[in-house]
Formats: sequence, C-alpha cells, structure tokens
Amino acid sequence: MADHPRTSSQTEFAPWTDPQAKPLIEFRGVTKRFGDFTAIDDLTLDIFEREFFALLGPSGCGKTTLMRMLAGFENPTEGEIRLSGQSIVEVPPNLRPVNMMFQSYALFPHLSVWDNIAFGLKRDRKSRDEIAARVEEMLRLTRLDQFARRKPHQISGGQRQRVALARSLAKAPKLLLLDEPLGALDRKLREDTQFELMDIQEKTGTTFVIVTHDQEEAMTVASRIAVMDHGKVKQVDTPARVYEVPNSVYVADFIGDVNLIEGRFTPTGPDRGEITYGAGEPPILAETTEQIAEGQTVTYAIRPEKIRVSAERPEDRSNVAFGKIIDIGYLGNVSTYHVELAGGQMVKAAMTNATRVERRDFTWDDEVWLSWRASAGVVLTQ
Amino acid sequence: MRRISWFNATSLTLGFAFLYLPMIVLIVYSFNSNKLVTVWAGFSTKWYGELFHNEAFLDAAWVTLRVAVVSSTLATVLGTAAAYVLVRGGRFFGRTLFSGMLYAPLVMPDVILGLSLLLLFISVGLDRGMLTIILAHTTFSMAYVAVVVTSRLVAFDRSLEEAALDLGCTRWDAFKSVTLPIIAPAVISGWLLGFTLSLDDLVIASFTSGPSSTTLPIKIFSAVRLGVSPEINALSAILIAIVTVGVITTSLVSKRAITKRQREENRAGP
Ligand SMILES: Nc1ncnc2c1ncn2[C@@H]1O[C@H](COP(=O)(O)OP(=O)(O)OP(=O)(O)O)[C@@H](O)[C@H]1O
Ligand SMILES: [Mg+2]
Repeated sequence: MADHPRTSSQTEFAPWTDPQAKPLIEFRGVTKRFGDFTAIDDLTLDIFEREFFALLGPSGCGKTTLMRMLAGFENPTEGEIRLSGQSIVEVPPNLRPVNMMFQSYALFPHLSVWDNIAFGLKRDRKSRDEIAARVEEMLRLTRLDQFARRKPHQISGGQRQRVALARSLAKAPKLLLLDEPLGALDRKLREDTQFELMDIQEKTGTTFVIVTHDQEEAMTVASRIAVMDHGKVKQVDTPARVYEVPNSVYVADFIGDVNLIEGRFTPTGPDRGEITYGAGEPPILAETTEQIAEGQTVTYAIRPEKIRVSAERPEDRSNVAFGKIIDIGYLGNVSTYHVELAGGQMVKAAMTNATRVERRDFTWDDEVWLSWRASAGVVLTQ
Repeated sequence: MRRISWFNATSLTLGFAFLYLPMIVLIVYSFNSNKLVTVWAGFSTKWYGELFHNEAFLDAAWVTLRVAVVSSTLATVLGTAAAYVLVRGGRFFGRTLFSGMLYAPLVMPDVILGLSLLLLFISVGLDRGMLTIILAHTTFSMAYVAVVVTSRLVAFDRSLEEAALDLGCTRWDAFKSVTLPIIAPAVISGWLLGFTLSLDDLVIASFTSGPSSTTLPIKIFSAVRLGVSPEINALSAILIAIVTVGVITTSLVSKRAITKRQREENRAGP
C-alpha cells in the first residue's frame, strides 16, 4: 500500500476537513423502515465530489439499502437525501445522474455483452459511432473484447461481474454506486481492477460509493470509509484513521486484527493515564485524546503488529509484559504469536518474518517479553 | 430404455384409443369418395376440393380466423397488462380481489359467460356481429393469457427492470426493452392459447354472433344437425390439423423457450 499512487494526493484531497466545501451527497436524518424493521436508522452522512467512499459492515447492516436510496429504488421513510444541494427524494431513478452496479449484476440475459454495455448509451440518443466507440473503450478497459458477442449466460462469473461494471461505467455518471463490485474476481484480477477503478476515478472525476466485505479492498481504494452496524454509521474516516484511531470497540474489532484489553483507567496527566488489568501485570501506560474519569472501565485496543516480541526485557519501551507463547500463526510474510500473560490474558503480537521459518527465533512454549510504546494503542470508552 | 409392462402398454393403448379413435375415424372418412359417410368406397380428396368452393363455409372460416387473430391479440395486450400490474403493482387496494376475479372466466361455465355477455350487448344496444364475438372471445382469452404471463413474471428477477431504469429508461421503456423480450415466450404461448380457444369456441360464439357473422364451429354444428356430410368431415379434419399445430406449437414454445429464458436469466447472476 505504501507505493500506492494516491498516497500523495490523499494528503491534499480532504474536502471533509474544509468547512467551506459543499458535499455532493448529503444524508440528513435518513431512516428507512421495512414494515417494523429499521434497516437504516437516523443516518446523517456527507460524501464529497471526487471521493472514493467505501461502506463497510457486516451482512444485513443496510449497505445495499443505502445504495438503493441513492439510486432511487427506495425512498427514505424519514429524512432527506440531497445531491448537489438538491433534494432527490422525488426524482425517479432514470433522471438521476447516478448509475449502479448491482450486487446480483442484473445483466440483461437476452442481450449480448456488447448490447448490455451499450444499453444505457442508447437511451442517451448518442450517435451510433459514439456508442460503438464508448462500448469498445469499456470492453478494452474490462478486458472483455473477446466476449462482446456472447450472452451473459455464456461467460464466467468473473466476466459477468466485469460486464456489470462496464455497463455502469459506460454512461460516465456523476455518481457511481458499486455494490460489491469485485467479490467474484480472483485476487490478482481484483487488485488490478481496484487500481483500474482508482485510475478511472482519477481520470473521470466520478464520485464512487463502493460496498465491500473486503477490508483490504476498502483500505486500498477508499478516500474515506464508513463503518456501519445495524443501520447506523459507527465511524467515518480515512482508512488510516479508521485503522489507527478507531472510535469504538466495534470499529476496532471490525477492521483488522486487534487485541482488546479491558481495564480500569487512572489519569496521570492531561493526555495520558494508566490502565490496570489482570492481577500482577504492570499497568499499561497509554495516551488519550479525551477526558476520561478516574476508575472508569475502558478497553485498550492495540494492533498485533505494534507489539514487539523479544527474548530479553527491552529497556526502551513504556509498556512491557511477560508471557509464554501458546500458538504461532504463520501467514507467510508475518507470523502471529499468541502469548499468554501471567494473569491469563491472551495477547497477539505480529512480527514480520525477516528470516526463513527454520531459523525463527521463537517457538512454542518459549517465554518472551512483549513491549510497545505508550502511543501504540488507543483507549476506548464505548 | 426400460421395457414397458403388458399392463401399462394395454392401458396406454386403450386410453389413447379412447381419446383419438373418434378423430382418426373422422379424418379417415374425410378421404372417403362415397357420398354416404359411413360406407367406404375408396380414397379421394374430392371433398376437400368441394369445400373450397362452398361459399358459406369459406365465409365462416374467414370470420373465424379474423375473430381468432383479433381477439387473441387484444387478449394478449390486456392480459399481459393485467398480469404486469398484479405482479408489479405493489400492494394496492383490492389486489387479491382482482387477481381472484381474473381467474373467474376460467372456471365459469361457457353458457353463463355467453348469456351474460349477450345480456350486456343487448343492454348497451350493440348489434350482434363480428365485433361482439371478438369482444366475448377477448374476455375469456384474456384470463388465460394473464394466468400464463403471471406465472412467468413471478419468477422474473426484478433487479433487471431496476437496472434498466438506472440506465435511463422510463418505466415503459424498461418494460418494452427488457421485460417484454424476456417474457416473450410466455406472451406468445398465451396468444396461441387464446387463438386456439377462440377457434373452437361454439357456446359463447352462438350467444354473441349475429346473422351476418357465423363462425365455423356454429356452421358445422348447424350443418351436422341436418345430417353429416363428407364435406363436414373434411372441414373438421382441417380444423383438427390447425388446432393440433397450435397446441403443439404452444407447448413447444412455452416449455422450451420459457425454461430456456429462465435458465439464462438465472445463470446471468453471480
Ligand atoms: N424490501 C425489503 N423488505 C424487508 N426487509 C428488507 C428489504 N430490503 C432489505 N431488507 C432488510 O434490511 C436489512 C439491510 O439489508 P441490506 O440489503 O441493505 O443489507 P447489506 O448490508 O447490503 O447486506 P449484505 O452485505 O449481505 O449485502 C436486512 O436485514 C434485510 O433483511
Ligand atoms: Mg448488500
């Protein structure tokens, strides 16, 4: 991710920090009920122009419903949705400058791949040559040139997904909604397509809203991520901030691997404090961003890769703990050590495998020291 | 293939003989050269030739054909529209009642349907003729079309229509360019069904036809009352052929094409 071409522009592109910036999409207190089931619950959200906005959340949390309200297939039960400042609640789907790639693809079974992609363009009363040129361009982009004449049922699942993508991109909409666009692709093709999507987005300036189950994908492509749960948005932030400074246990646990340690908080300064947990462990020294009361129960969240495993007690770290290796998970590039502390608390620590496995430093039942900096974890109160 | 048992073979033969023997006898005798229907006197196609010179029969045939084409076409349009509204219209007031009422003509005795239509035409002052037969046939064919199309629409993936709307279609556009082509086999088989039903309807047509317009079944029926002629045999044989072709085409179109389209539709997903 480090050599990712957007990293530099991402620092400059941050309209959500600019109070003057006008959002492209505004959700204002939107609630959507199906009967007495609340799929979206009083949701307020801004999405800015040229953003690559990712919706992340467990199955059934309302991601598709949110998309369908943007596309115009569902109307909010309460609240308002605005596009470029105009309420779009009353605008029918065909008049919205929005295109959607369906989770089920919804390819037209009676039309060839070529005609599927051309479908939207034909509605725009474009000239034949223009349509043909655009379709060819889309076919090339999604590498479907050879399949142009086939029907959807004559191609593979991954190819169908690309047809659906090409079809929704063809009209170059102002807002493109992608509902799990890359789920059926193999890893290599998925990564290539992710970069292609970002490339397309950069070139066309289209705003993308993408639903994905794949966190890594969200991390790679998104300018911001919204983590959802039960129809509510838990946190909206840049991928780095969602990962490094989650605002709740839910978000910390949902994104990536994390150690969650519950304990009692004792402030030791305006922006720091100690967390007492388990019997006999030294308290964890942690930095905080908010005021936390003495004695409050908090959860300390720390990512496994922030914890160092060593044979000797390190002198330069603010937090150390002693324990025994119970299990080692080998993932190729990294190994995760499951270490049991004296008080019974399990802690995961991830170390990159700089050397080959046979010469690994630690093995099962080794007694090791864990250490991390005061700024490595976050203190969560909810 | 497994060999069929004696018992099964016998019951199959008897069953089919029971069904088709009368028709086979009729067809065979239509090629009888004798004027007396029941006495075989050698093979001949002369009655078919005579038939084509019988003005009254030709007129009736022409009326029947026009009635069948027009009424089944009207019924297809109306029945498809009704099916679409009932399946896609959401839960509007009285929907269950409407879908129940749509099936009524299927189970209503023809005599009652014919009589009620007759009373209606008289009360609005419509002269009985081809128009009234067409209207009557449209009424009951429409119910058959609606049933066939409804069952197809229920299995139809709604997101296809949404995708069409999303890509800039109006509702009508989406129906025309996505829904209709996909459900076309069902619509066509509904049309064929209506066509054959109209072709062989006697009861409703005799209530609603006037002196100026007689359909073929009425003509045959009244001719037979004066005695069976070889000409009638020939005419009936032709009708049997038309209806058989219609029925076979219907079942081919519906079975094959509907399932094929549906399979394609299902396989176009993830
Ligand atoms: N038309 C509907 N009628 C009733 N309930 C619905 C309807 N559409 C969605 N729901 C419910 O709303 C909730 C949110 O559905 P939604 O499709 O938005 O989930 P999702 O986040 O997209 O899930 P997934 O990741 O599995 O696609 C689900 O619990 C679903 O059962
Ligand atoms: Mg979904």
